[in-house]
Amino acid sequence: MAALVLAEHDNRQLRSSTLNVVTAAGRMAGDVHLLVAGSGCAAVAAQAAQVAGVSKVLVADAPHLAQELSECVAEQLAALAAGYSHVAAPATSFGKDVLPRAAARHDCAPVSDIIAVEAPDTFARPIYAGNAIATVRCAEPIKFVTVRATSFDAAAIRSDAAAPIEAVAAVADPGLSRFVSREGAKLDRPELQGARVVVSGGRGLGSAENFKLLAQVADRLNAALGASRAAVDAGYAPNDWQVGQTGKIVAPQLYLAVGISGAIQHLAGMKDSKVIVAINKDPEAPIFQVADYGLVADLFEALPQLLKELG
Amino acid sequence: MKILVSIKRVVDFNVKIRVKSDGSGVDLANLKMSMNPFDEIGVEEAVRLREAGHASEIVVVSCGVAQCQEVLRTALAMGADRAILVQTDEELQPLAVAKILKAIFEREKPQLVILGKQAIDDDANQTGQMLAALAGLPQATFASKLALADGWAQVTREVDAGLQTVSVKLPAVVTTDLRLNEPRYVTLPNIMKAKKKPLETLTPKDLSVDVRARLQTLRTVEPPQRKAGIRVPDVATLVQKLRNEAKVIS
Repeated sequence: MAALVLAEHDNRQLRSSTLNVVTAAGRMAGDVHLLVAGSGCAAVAAQAAQVAGVSKVLVADAPHLAQELSECVAEQLAALAAGYSHVAAPATSFGKDVLPRAAARHDCAPVSDIIAVEAPDTFARPIYAGNAIATVRCAEPIKFVTVRATSFDAAAIRSDAAAPIEAVAAVADPGLSRFVSREGAKLDRPELQGARVVVSGGRGLGSAENFKLLAQVADRLNAALGASRAAVDAGYAPNDWQVGQTGKIVAPQLYLAVGISGAIQHLAGMKDSKVIVAINKDPEAPIFQVADYGLVADLFEALPQLLKELG
Repeated sequence: MKILVSIKRVVDFNVKIRVKSDGSGVDLANLKMSMNPFDEIGVEEAVRLREAGHASEIVVVSCGVAQCQEVLRTALAMGADRAILVQTDEELQPLAVAKILKAIFEREKPQLVILGKQAIDDDANQTGQMLAALAGLPQATFASKLALADGWAQVTREVDAGLQTVSVKLPAVVTTDLRLNEPRYVTLPNIMKAKKKPLETLTPKDLSVDVRARLQTLRTVEPPQRKAGIRVPDVATLVQKLRNEAKVIS
């Protein structure tokens, strides 16, 4: 049995979520191959070849694969899927967009956001915003799955051997879509997904300006910045900071929730954090039910004090 | 232009669900059910497109038990013109729904199909993508902005790295994300008017769709519970605990 993992990358570097999927794939099948679909992505293929547990790297390199267009990447993945027992992608916006499309091309029901592999055909996954865990058996001839990165360790990068890299023909551009533009700030801080510490703000922050105060705490802790849906909706933080059921799922060593009430949908995104701290002036806020350490305080007093204590 | 919107009847997002202790599933008895929030955003977007003169007809479809009529009536009250219920008591999984929607797409020939990005019960986030594949259409998922021009839809998508804008050729499938719009409240006069709008009932058999479930749920359990935490009296104590007890900061 062999698994094909769809690598996530930016044509220069492999994204870390791919490494967690390789680990999950290794539990499903004996052989793991990595597909790098992109444009001018030879460097990514070289990195992919050094991932422990990967026995072959397939590279499809073409201009229309440059921008992660769903129709192009899914078609490429579908074209290569036959002959594999498993096809896996990270449960990131990229993987979630592409994998089901490829699965449907094979008339296979995919399994989304798996958090455990019990057997090559049996997976656990969260439902109802993570308030229940379903164990699902998939009898499809090809198991298409997206993998929640926080539930699996990242595969190591080897410096000794490298897997063979094989160029594959890029499927033609179906001509159904065009890339227009992208927007996203490059931050000098760790990315949310995979950060060891996350400092997250809610509507209580009151303004985008006040998020800068939170950023100072994040700087001191070398943390990523997160936000609740309410804060993003109010314009205090950009959408890619959103943590929650439909935003990013994080499981850092430390999650500091500041001015976040703790709605079910937000908890879904962070309740697997190792240590949760909540700072909120409402003692009844639901966030205190999941917090290991809860501080009932006005965040505008607590944050400056926190900066002082952290030194 | 005709727009097709697919909506799902799910447990209301405010409800805290309970997992049955025998592992057989979530206890849905007597729970408040509502239109999936992402689907509501989809209906709202279609109505706005019609109000802006881009669309002439909005058809809304829901698949499942007879009570799905309730969410269809709500969609009609929001401004959809016509509703289709594809009725079955069988468990419907995303691939089956995508196949039903493909049949409806071929029947209705809309220029745009709008779905919610995920249902808040199964959190699958698959149906729109699979419908697009089955019908050979482009897909623009997690939409936070949608504009139509010259037979193409320009869609800004919320992705992990921020925002991506793509242009897709119509007909296309768009799935909604939270910030696409804020759905309108349904007014009483519109609820009354909605009762007169057409609601057609079909079965999967009428559409020649095999809705056999592909995935088998073996058991459903509660997630591991966190140990109860403590309250700390001040920031100094908090930092001391994080340093010396939890050892997560230096």
